[in-house]
Amino acid sequence: MTSAPVPAKTPGDVPPIDVRHLTMRYGDLVVMHDLNFAVRRGEVFVIMGGSGSGKSTLLKHLIGLKAPAEGTILMDGEDFGNATEETRRPMLRRMGVLFQNGALWSGLTLAENVALPLTEFTTLGADAIADVVQLKLALVGLRGFEAFYPAAISGGMRKRAALARAIALDPEVLFFDEPSSGLDPVSASRLDDLILALKASFGTTIIVVSHDLASIYRIADRALFLDIAEKTMTALGNPAELRDAPPNEAVHRFLTRSSEGAS
Amino acid sequence: MTPEAAATLAEIRRDGPSLVAVVSGDWSIERPTPHFGQLVEAASASDAKGAGAARAVTVDASALGVWDSSLLVFLRQGQEYCVAHQLSFGTDGIPERIATLLALALVVPERTVEPEPEPPKALARFGAAGVAAWDASLDAMTFVGEVAQRGVQLLRGRVRMRWREFWVVVQSNSSGALPIVTLIALLVGVIIAFLGVVVLKRFGAGYYVSYLVGYGMLREMGALMTGIIMAGRSGAGFAAELGSMKITEEIDALSTLGISSIDHLVLPRVFGLFVMMPLLVVYADVVGILGGMGVAVGMLDLTGKQFVNGMLTAVELSDTMLGMFKATIFGLIIGMAGTMKGLRTGSDAGAVGRSATSAVVVGITFIILANAVIDWLAALLQI
Repeated sequence: MTSAPVPAKTPGDVPPIDVRHLTMRYGDLVVMHDLNFAVRRGEVFVIMGGSGSGKSTLLKHLIGLKAPAEGTILMDGEDFGNATEETRRPMLRRMGVLFQNGALWSGLTLAENVALPLTEFTTLGADAIADVVQLKLALVGLRGFEAFYPAAISGGMRKRAALARAIALDPEVLFFDEPSSGLDPVSASRLDDLILALKASFGTTIIVVSHDLASIYRIADRALFLDIAEKTMTALGNPAELRDAPPNEAVHRFLTRSSEGAS
Repeated sequence: MTPEAAATLAEIRRDGPSLVAVVSGDWSIERPTPHFGQLVEAASASDAKGAGAARAVTVDASALGVWDSSLLVFLRQGQEYCVAHQLSFGTDGIPERIATLLALALVVPERTVEPEPEPPKALARFGAAGVAAWDASLDAMTFVGEVAQRGVQLLRGRVRMRWREFWVVVQSNSSGALPIVTLIALLVGVIIAFLGVVVLKRFGAGYYVSYLVGYGMLREMGALMTGIIMAGRSGAGFAAELGSMKITEEIDALSTLGISSIDHLVLPRVFGLFVMMPLLVVYADVVGILGGMGVAVGMLDLTGKQFVNGMLTAVELSDTMLGMFKATIFGLIIGMAGTMKGLRTGSDAGAVGRSATSAVVVGITFIILANAVIDWLAALLQI
C-alpha cells in the first residue's frame, strides 16, 4: 500500500453541519433556543438529553423535516435549514437517516427498500443496483435476506436493514435516531460496532440522537447536552471528560445516571 | 461513460501464476464501473495461456484515488469469482479500511435462508384456493356467531358496551351522512320518476308514475342505495380504523387486559349502524319521493297533491316497514363486514387499504344478496 486513499468527497475544513442561533418551536411553545454548534467531519457526534428535551426535534431540523423558527443550519457551508426544495435535494442526497423504528417501507422487500434511493438518485442499471444492494445488506450482516419483507424479520434485523438503506448512497453525513431503542444489549452493541466501522472505513460523519449512556461513552467523540429546564444546550464535549468535569448539575446527573437533587 | 473509460478504473494483468487486478483513479457509485468477471474474460481472451490457469488473484491499489461503495462492489465480485473458480483472493494490496469493510460483508448471517419452495401446480393452487375460501367462510361464520351471541348478551344487559363509541358511530351515521344520502336519494328518486314518465306516458298511464316512485323508493331503492353508500362510507371507515389499531398493537393491548375486542370495538359499531340505518332509510325515502314528485309534476300535467294521493292509494305501511327491515339487515352486514375485515388486517401498510377495499366489496355484495333473498321471502309471504 503506497497511498492512503481517503473517501472524503468534500475536502477542506468547512464543517459538514453547522448550526447557528437555532430556535425550535412548536407553535408558540419554544422547545430549545439559541443552539450553536458545528459538527466536525468524520466524528461521531451525539445529541443527548432527557426525554422531551427536544433531541428528536433537533434531529428533524437537521434532516430537513422541520424548518428552523429562527437561526440557520448550514450543510457544508450552504444554507440547509431555509433552503427551497430544489436546492435542498442535492444536499439530501449527501445524507442518510436511520429512523427510530427503521421506517422500512413495509410493502417493499429489503432489497427494494435499499434499491429505492439508488434508483431515485443515480443512473445505475438494474444489475449494478442489485450488486450495490447486495453489498449494503452484506455490510449490515443481512446477506441472503434480500427477498424478505420487513414484517418477516426481527426488530434488530429491521434496524440493520434500515441502516443498509441509509448508507445506500454512501452518505457523507449519517443520522441515527435512538439507534439502541428497542434492541437487546447485544444487538445494540452490534449496531454500535457498525457505526464505528462506518466512521473508520468510509470516514462518514455520524450524528446520533441517544440517551443510552453505554452507547454514548462507547461511540461518541463529542456529545451535545440539551437541558430541558434551560431550554438550550448546556454542554458540548467528550462525554467521558464531561462526566469527570461536569459543567453543571444536570449534565452530571445525566452522565452518572443519578437522581440526586433531581427536581 | 463508455466501457473503455470504465476500464481505466480497473485492469487485470497476468503476473506469473496469479492475476493482478489493478484499481486506480476515482471510483463513484454514480458512474459506470467495470465488472470483475468481464475483465477476467477479456484478459484471458487476450492471453494465449488463458486466465483459467491462474491460481490466485491479488489487488494492486497503489494508484487508487477517491472511492466509495462501487469499489467494494467490484472487489466483492472478485471475491465471489475466486470462490466460484477456486482461486485464492489476496487482500494484501487492499487498503486496510476497505479490507475491513470487505471482511464485514463476509460475516456469516445469523440464520441461513431457506430456499424458495417451487411454485405449486395449477391443480394444487386451485385446491389451496378452495381450502382458503372454506377457511375464510368458517372464520366469517365464527365471527358473525360471536357478534350475534355478544349482541344478545348486550340486549340482556350482560355486556358492558362502550356507549361513548356507540354515540360517535350514531353521530357519524346520522348528521354526518345526511349530505351524501340526500344527494344520492334525490337523484335516485329523479331517475325512477324519469324512467316511469318516459315509459308510462306511451300508454297514457303517466299518472301511475307515483306508484312507481312510491314502490321503488320505499321497498327497494331507498334501502339499497343507502346501504351501498354506507358500505362505502362507514364500512370502509371501520375497516381502516380497526386495521390501523391492529397494526399499532392497540387490539393486542385490549386483549392483554382481557377486554373482548368484540364487546369493545365491534358491538358499538354494528349496533350503531343497526339503529341508524332504518332512520337514514326513512329520510332517503322522503327525499327520493320528493325528487320523483318534482320530475312528475314538471314533466306531466299533474299536481303535487295528485301525485301524493296516487302514491298513497298504492303503497301501504308494510312497504315502508319492508324497506326499514332491509335497512337493519344491511346495517348489520356493513358493520360486521367492516369490523371483521379491520380485525383481520395483516401487518404491512398496504394491508389497511386491502381491508378497507374488501370491507366495501363484501359489504355491497352481501347487501345485494340479502336484498334479493328478502324480496323473495316477501313475495312468498305476500307482503
